[in-house]
Amino acid sequence: MKLKMKVLAAAAVLALGAGTAHAQISGNVVKIGVLNDQSSLYADLGGQGSVLAARMAIEDFKAKEKGLNVEVVFADHQNKPDVGSQVARRWYDAEGVDAIFDVPNSGVALAVNQVTREKGKAFINSGAASSDLTGKQCSPNTVHWTYDTWMLANGTGKAIVKTGGDTWFFLTADYAFGHALERDTEAVVVKNGGKVLGKVRHPLNTQDFSSFLLQAQASKAKIVGLANAGGDTVNSIKQASEFGIVKGGQNLAGLLVFLTDVHGLGLDKAQGLIFTETWYWDMNDANRAFAKRFAAANGNKYPSMVHAGVYAGVLHYLKAVHALKSDDGTKVVAKMKELPTDDPLFGKGTIRADGRKLHPAYLFEVKKPSESKGPYDYYKLRSTIPANEAFRPIEQGDCPLVKK
Amino acid sequence: MTEIFGISLPALSGQLLIGLINGSFYALLSLGLAVIFGLLNIINFTHGAQYMMGAFVAWFLLNKTGLGYWWALVIAPIVVGATGVVIERLMLSRLYKLDHLYGLLLTFGLALIIEGAFHHQYGSAGLPYAMPSQLTGGSNLGFMYLPNYRAWVIVASLAICLATWFLIERTKLGSYLRAATENPSLVQAFGINVPRMITLTYGFGVGLAALAGVFAAPIYQVSPQMGSSLIIVVFAVVVIGGMGSIMGSIVTGFGLGIIEGLTKYFYPEASNTVIFVIMAIVLMFRPQGLFGQR
Amino acid sequence: MSEPQPVASTALDPAWEARYQRIGMAVMFAIFLAAPFVVYPVFLMKALCFALFACAFNLLLGFGGLLSFGHAMFLGMAGYMSAHAAKIWGFPPELAILTGMAASTVLGFFAGLLAIRRQGIYFAMITLALAQMVFFFCLQAPFTGGEDGIQAVPRGKLFGLVNLSNVHAMYFTVLGVFTIGFLLIHRVIHSPYGQVLKAIRENEARAISLGYRTERYKLLAFVLSAGIAGLAGATKAIVFQLASLSDVHWTMSGEVVLMTLLGGMGTIFGPVVGAFIIIAMQSYLAELGAWVTIVQGVIFVVCVLAFRRGIVGELEAFLRRRRGP
Repeated sequence: MKLKMKVLAAAAVLALGAGTAHAQISGNVVKIGVLNDQSSLYADLGGQGSVLAARMAIEDFKAKEKGLNVEVVFADHQNKPDVGSQVARRWYDAEGVDAIFDVPNSGVALAVNQVTREKGKAFINSGAASSDLTGKQCSPNTVHWTYDTWMLANGTGKAIVKTGGDTWFFLTADYAFGHALERDTEAVVVKNGGKVLGKVRHPLNTQDFSSFLLQAQASKAKIVGLANAGGDTVNSIKQASEFGIVKGGQNLAGLLVFLTDVHGLGLDKAQGLIFTETWYWDMNDANRAFAKRFAAANGNKYPSMVHAGVYAGVLHYLKAVHALKSDDGTKVVAKMKELPTDDPLFGKGTIRADGRKLHPAYLFEVKKPSESKGPYDYYKLRSTIPANEAFRPIEQGDCPLVKK
Repeated sequence: MTEIFGISLPALSGQLLIGLINGSFYALLSLGLAVIFGLLNIINFTHGAQYMMGAFVAWFLLNKTGLGYWWALVIAPIVVGATGVVIERLMLSRLYKLDHLYGLLLTFGLALIIEGAFHHQYGSAGLPYAMPSQLTGGSNLGFMYLPNYRAWVIVASLAICLATWFLIERTKLGSYLRAATENPSLVQAFGINVPRMITLTYGFGVGLAALAGVFAAPIYQVSPQMGSSLIIVVFAVVVIGGMGSIMGSIVTGFGLGIIEGLTKYFYPEASNTVIFVIMAIVLMFRPQGLFGQR
Repeated sequence: MSEPQPVASTALDPAWEARYQRIGMAVMFAIFLAAPFVVYPVFLMKALCFALFACAFNLLLGFGGLLSFGHAMFLGMAGYMSAHAAKIWGFPPELAILTGMAASTVLGFFAGLLAIRRQGIYFAMITLALAQMVFFFCLQAPFTGGEDGIQAVPRGKLFGLVNLSNVHAMYFTVLGVFTIGFLLIHRVIHSPYGQVLKAIRENEARAISLGYRTERYKLLAFVLSAGIAGLAGATKAIVFQLASLSDVHWTMSGEVVLMTLLGGMGTIFGPVVGAFIIIAMQSYLAELGAWVTIVQGVIFVVCVLAFRRGIVGELEAFLRRRRGP
């Protein structure tokens, strides 16, 4: 036993020494892990589409020509924090994964954020919403791309209050994301002179919203704010129409709506919905080209903003890895913040010290069926919020990485 | 808005009516379970999966063959009931001599297989099923807006529950079934094919579950998980009502829906737990259930 | 549930049984001591925690004849208490685990008081109802964090000395916990109390007629089972630094039944084998998603129809037949 310990110790020292001697790509492979919901309520806005987006980014980065060996693995976190954190742990410990991408579901994202920080790897999140990822739970190993609850609340909330929707009732998904979205939107509503008349929390993945919708109706609030996402949003909107909520004079505010949700609902149910997103395929030629390529390989399903975020995130990550010639998570994330971003989908932007990626946000309204010229032609642009206003000011975030 | 003792009557009545709608599903599902347990002493954990299959058959019929809701109401129970007959013949019949808990474990395993298979094939995001055009729209009842379809669900479930109760408790066929449970060898000696009756009864109970699934398809998403969330509650209903009692499960099913509705008004967070609290209490003081005989 | 009866010609020979148990334990512990250097230790730790959980469950089912369909409440509640103690109260890991175990033991006592009074299917249904109540309590109570669970639980320093962030230190701690729990169960089964418990399982009426207060024996079995299940849950929370709703969900109760059934109920090694197989299957087939559920269902069906003694049960029957008269 003693000899074995000595040999093990010597090997450990050698390995450590080799590791710190000079920066290098671990195992000669940059391994990217796409972790998301592959089978449940968030499977459409991320799922296999995100894996495709990652692969497209690797191709477009011309990794092989630049001498980088990049591999992609994926797994289903089933919207459970314990499954997500165990997969992340196994990936980092035993399978040589260097960075994890996507991860919708804020509860899981927070767990993966924790594990990534412990192991010194990299986590580029495109799917989750909780603004805590760049706030209280910010980490030198995490970048938060695409969107967050503060941006949604400010974009959608402010716009709706300013057009007269000043009394709100919240229908909230009962987990980290729902709470964060409700909290941030309530703050915006109140700041802009509105009032919150009531709130009700529903379990994640609820099938029947009838009793919650009834309470929303009884509150007589002008706006029923849906602080939920994915299948829950689709279901609440469908059942709201069944119960005549809009007919009764109230309006629905989808606080987080994706292209895939509108597609699932159909324009006749979704028309008139106002919400904020940070990417839409039909905004410029580069986006349209990407969407065409993506759809061709994805069963004619167009990309959501999450897919775009994964693509852009992988591209920027690989840029940083290539510049550093290392896949050490903490160093790469620092490099990602150092280098300005420039990708065909989000254009030019930056990543702040707290990990927040900055880009403009867009207020969209869903077209009427008569206004749509084809599949996925669903949005019209109402206004643009410039990048420096769209996200929470860095000093308001309570992020320990930011010096006051 | 009228108020009684500070309780807003319209809001309360609205929740009670919603509760009655949910109660219809509980009653219909627990009816099938009670039939199967009461007559066959089998605890059918697969019931939730069979409910889900009913909804899927309806979806399949609509999207692949164009046969709509009214067709599905007839075809789905028959198709799923037939799978039930196969399960009974091949697997359950081997377990009758053993401890009843083996039947529970077998049907639990079958539920996992069925739900896993559907999950694999269809994901769990849920598929939409269009509401039949004859039942869209709704009426404003003053204290709430009641969608026509949900009203239909209440009426139809009640009718089916009462018809089943009548069939089992008041007809000759029903009496053969009940006799066969009490003393199979004697009834067999009278020339009645007891194993076939048992098989058909299981199929009937399963068909009831599938029927509930078709009812659910237009309002809930058709998804592989739809059964597993309901099955535990339905078990509680059956246990409270009395595991062999048909009337017990009907009354308890509707009753529980109403109690849940009340709880959602006064103390929404507890609405999911109240059924289990009641079940634990009932089991303590009257283990045979409210209507059961021991 | 009564165990399938052994064949008449192979009456139990105490000396052979004792030797078989000693050899079995030696082999098992030798494997566990060497394994972390060969297999991913976090997987092993998970399997060990579940093995302990299954052993605790088997105490109640295989030896006590009581099928509980709510054992997840002990695993999960202990996990939450242990996580809370370590993270919010700052307890060192050994005290956090003890806190969790204490919580599940107390819960087991009160649950047992309610459940023991009924038998068979009604007992199972009461345990299910109680477990559901615990689930919804955990869903709503603020300290559990709802859908997100309690995250970032510190592993801390064992006895203030050993840093458990080191994976090998953590592993051997878990192995230690498992050993204590396993030996405790072994002791209980082979004590006079254990004999009475088996007698109650075989024929409760006869045991009562012999003057035993069967209610007390069953309650004690229930509380012991709950406590050791809690020990497993509390340790698991420290290993994974997370306590979540999955651990109190009723499907978790179903999984432990599966592990025990597959491994062999009423045998001492069965649950360990069953737990390792199921955890291995879940980990290594995880990419295949829904297939895991299907395979688990198939195992249930096959075991119930044709394989009721389970792997270790069949193995033991085979060895006993080979031993000869």
